[in-house]
Amino acid sequence: MPALPSRKAPQPAATNPASIRNFCIIAHIDHGKSTLADRMLQITEVVDARNMREQYLDRMDIERERGITIKSQAVRLPWTSDTDGKDYILNMIDTPGHVDFTYEVSRSLAACEGAILLVDCAQGIEAQTLANLYLAMENNLTIIPVLNKIDLPAAQPEKFAAELAKLIGCKPEDCLRVSGKTGEGVRELLDEIVKQIPAPTGDSAKPARALIFDSVYDTYRGVVTYVRVVDGKLSPRDQILMLSTGVKHEMLEVGVISPEPIASNGLGVGEVGYLITGVKDVRQSRVGDTVTTATKPATEALAGYKDPKPMVFSGLYPIDGDEYPVLRDALEKLQLNDAALVYEPETSAALGFGFRCGFLGLLHMEIVRERLEREFNLSLISTAPNVVYRVLTDENHEMIVTNPSEYPSGKVAQVFEPVVRATVLSPSEFIGTIMELCQQRRGTLLGMDYLSEDRIEIRYKLPLAEIVFDFFDQLKSRTRGYASLDYEPTGEEEGDLVKVDILLQGDTVDAFSAIVHREKAYAYGVTMTQKLRELIPRQQFEVPIQAAIGSRIIARENIRAIRKDVLAKCYGGDITRKRKLLEKQKEGKKRMKMVGRVEVPQEAFIAALSTNAESEKSKTKK
Amino acid sequence: MTTPALSFYVHIPYCLSRCGYCDFNTYTPAELGQSGLARTELSSRYMMAAIGEIERARRIIGESSTVPTIFIGGGTPSLMEPRDIAATIESIAKHFAIDGSCEITMEANPDTVNRENLAGFIAAGVNRFSFGVQSAKSSVLKVLERTHAKESVTKALESADSLGVKDLSIDLIYGTPGESMDDLSETLDFALSLPINHISAYALIVESGTRLARRIERGEIARPDDDEMAEKYRMIDQRLSEQGLHWYELSNWSRPGGQSRHNQVYWRGGQWWGIGPGAHSFVAGRRWWNIKSPIRYIEAISSDHSVEADSETLTEENVRDERIMLMLRLRDGLRRSDLTESQLKVVERFIESGGIEIESWKRGELVLTVEGRLIADRIVRDLVAL
Repeated sequence: MPALPSRKAPQPAATNPASIRNFCIIAHIDHGKSTLADRMLQITEVVDARNMREQYLDRMDIERERGITIKSQAVRLPWTSDTDGKDYILNMIDTPGHVDFTYEVSRSLAACEGAILLVDCAQGIEAQTLANLYLAMENNLTIIPVLNKIDLPAAQPEKFAAELAKLIGCKPEDCLRVSGKTGEGVRELLDEIVKQIPAPTGDSAKPARALIFDSVYDTYRGVVTYVRVVDGKLSPRDQILMLSTGVKHEMLEVGVISPEPIASNGLGVGEVGYLITGVKDVRQSRVGDTVTTATKPATEALAGYKDPKPMVFSGLYPIDGDEYPVLRDALEKLQLNDAALVYEPETSAALGFGFRCGFLGLLHMEIVRERLEREFNLSLISTAPNVVYRVLTDENHEMIVTNPSEYPSGKVAQVFEPVVRATVLSPSEFIGTIMELCQQRRGTLLGMDYLSEDRIEIRYKLPLAEIVFDFFDQLKSRTRGYASLDYEPTGEEEGDLVKVDILLQGDTVDAFSAIVHREKAYAYGVTMTQKLRELIPRQQFEVPIQAAIGSRIIARENIRAIRKDVLAKCYGGDITRKRKLLEKQKEGKKRMKMVGRVEVPQEAFIAALSTNAESEKSKTKK
Repeated sequence: MTTPALSFYVHIPYCLSRCGYCDFNTYTPAELGQSGLARTELSSRYMMAAIGEIERARRIIGESSTVPTIFIGGGTPSLMEPRDIAATIESIAKHFAIDGSCEITMEANPDTVNRENLAGFIAAGVNRFSFGVQSAKSSVLKVLERTHAKESVTKALESADSLGVKDLSIDLIYGTPGESMDDLSETLDFALSLPINHISAYALIVESGTRLARRIERGEIARPDDDEMAEKYRMIDQRLSEQGLHWYELSNWSRPGGQSRHNQVYWRGGQWWGIGPGAHSFVAGRRWWNIKSPIRYIEAISSDHSVEADSETLTEENVRDERIMLMLRLRDGLRRSDLTESQLKVVERFIESGGIEIESWKRGELVLTVEGRLIADRIVRDLVAL
């Protein structure tokens, strides 16, 4: 087990809050946060050269490959200031870098007094970083602007220093310049953290209150809960109490990460560390909740706790129906580590047995799907993602619809859909094309600001459903990849929405039902019916493919009956070849799904459900 | 102990020119780089090799099976010299048991026969001819890149008829791009005017790699349309039936007693030995096929090496699948007693949709209607994929 450096570094549970600095790093994907963190680990000597590896703190393979950090962690870094020679404890709290995890980000921020705003000085600030910056400013965090990658030939530190200065209201020369790669400027940054960021304040005499800012499932230890102590103290033998649920747990271990876990005598005011209680499911140890002690409980929870609320839903089905139990077990396992993932069994006439899953957003959905396929070796079909609708019927009955096929067919008085406030940052040359896209997607312009001469921030109110449907791909392809997007849910609005059903020979194919804006219903119907006409092989009888709103048909295609399906010649030399073809067809037929009397190859479902087929095509054209 | 019957297929892998739609294992002299070789010499050299394989067959089988049928196909068998064909048939007769009831069919191109060589083939033992006619319309023949004229067809068949051959057949191809319903109708009129008791009519298949396929890909000619094919099949079946030629296999029609016995060996699971490059054989549950190149074939035979390229031994499931796949093609192939409970359900479904004759089914026979014949492969698939 690695030991804390032998210097006179302050020990956990015995650290004066005045020597503590809690900070996080706000940065966009690829702007070099993990590399900067690596340098900090080296310079503070918590990792020696022999044990150093790249992106030390990113645990999961998937994080490393995609260059994103899904789960945050907190590292305790002892640091002797070059300025005053005193010993400090710097707690670096890592934050997830994506739009779907805004709530987790906000809790990480709430555990800090300051934030490093890290920006790649070849690229400038991106929308998600800006959103997180605003979030940090709302939390009254001290912001230290830092330009990274100053070693790059394409670096434009002056330009982006001006941009940052304008955003946070400082002078351009206040922006630090570092290179995570070479380590240049990192020592100075550590000193600035000590100098600028306030020490935590709290009352050690009060009942203990600690904020949970992350919760991770570990196969061997169960749930590891990351906390920041606000008041009082947590000790190894305490029985702890979760304020939101009132559930008590035995504390099995308390400690700090530096950067491997080390058990400690407890955690005092302002300290950051972990707790292990033997709980097996992260939902029992929720991000944002307040931990206190059972013997002397605090009465008032820390502000800001929210239940994670899935925003995007999709049906997940195993391609091989026999794999349904594997999928069920896999979801169960993923949920241990993902409090935001919800699922329930669902049966589709077209796709068989599967699960309707709820996600925080599109990235969250992609990550879950990828982990299911990669870690559990599953092949899945997913239905087009949809948002949650609140429907009021004429009888004033309220329904929450997470699956378009459950949308009431009767009289709908009102439908409400989630809306978001979207922020797009882009070179200003793309203003026109971005506004055009947002208008097409039922957006309302909220405002627009120049960040610098040639960079612009555009704010729109958009229905989440429009974002869920390939908005990001479109934005990227229309701005040659330069625009970045962030959005945050801002509530719900009434929408002029209808459900479009797709019927094969009069039978509704549940997997293709969609809730769309009335003006787009026709386009959806035409696209889907045409797509299916191409994808479904001719049957013995004519197959009408219809798109309908209720009983009104809005689009129709026909698959003509097959008139001829026979090989003219079958003599001695043809038999083997023909039987082998038959064997293949036998296999293919097993993978056919029946919709009424119509045989639909599974590939047709997959192809028809892939919404990004067109955007992928346009990508390859370039 | 009765020796199981063994039919022979003798493949002649040569043609004077290659037709644009053809993907058979056949070669023109130019393709073989043997343009200089006289036809007669090519004939004797190749037939010597064929006889070599017949001798191998006898050694491998180890006994003299009865030979109910021989089929000499190609390629263009009529390019061969009658004396070489005679030697081949004699070799089969020498090593196996042939009697007067043996059906010996030869395929012929109307352009390469005359009264004289026909008489020679008949003297060699051939008692049934199948002529490649394809169409009576020169515009259609041109798309197919066939070389013969309609007049030579008439002449060839009249010669064969006058030489006393009772079993005469022609091959037709329908659905050639550009062929109208009227064109087909004229072809049928012409066919029915000939002294024949058998017609095979095949829907044109565009095989990949052929000149025809390339021309279609380039958009020079239209792709054959399946719905039009279906119309044409219907017309053929109706016209031939009216004139006393009834279907006994999906693509074959005959007057009573005029069916090809040899081809039924394939469909009814009989045994045959295929002589020549690329030929398939099926003996004792094992199927194999020969190397494709005539040159390598001749070399291998002359040095007494095996000419087998690859083989398969049929599993029980293979046998079951093939039986359904082949027997369903026949007018009197499958019976109710051949089918399992779940297959009977499939049959019910196709009776309902009009693919299977109700009256015959009541007698326990599975007979496809015209509609059913047009989707026979689909019915097969539904019967075996359970």
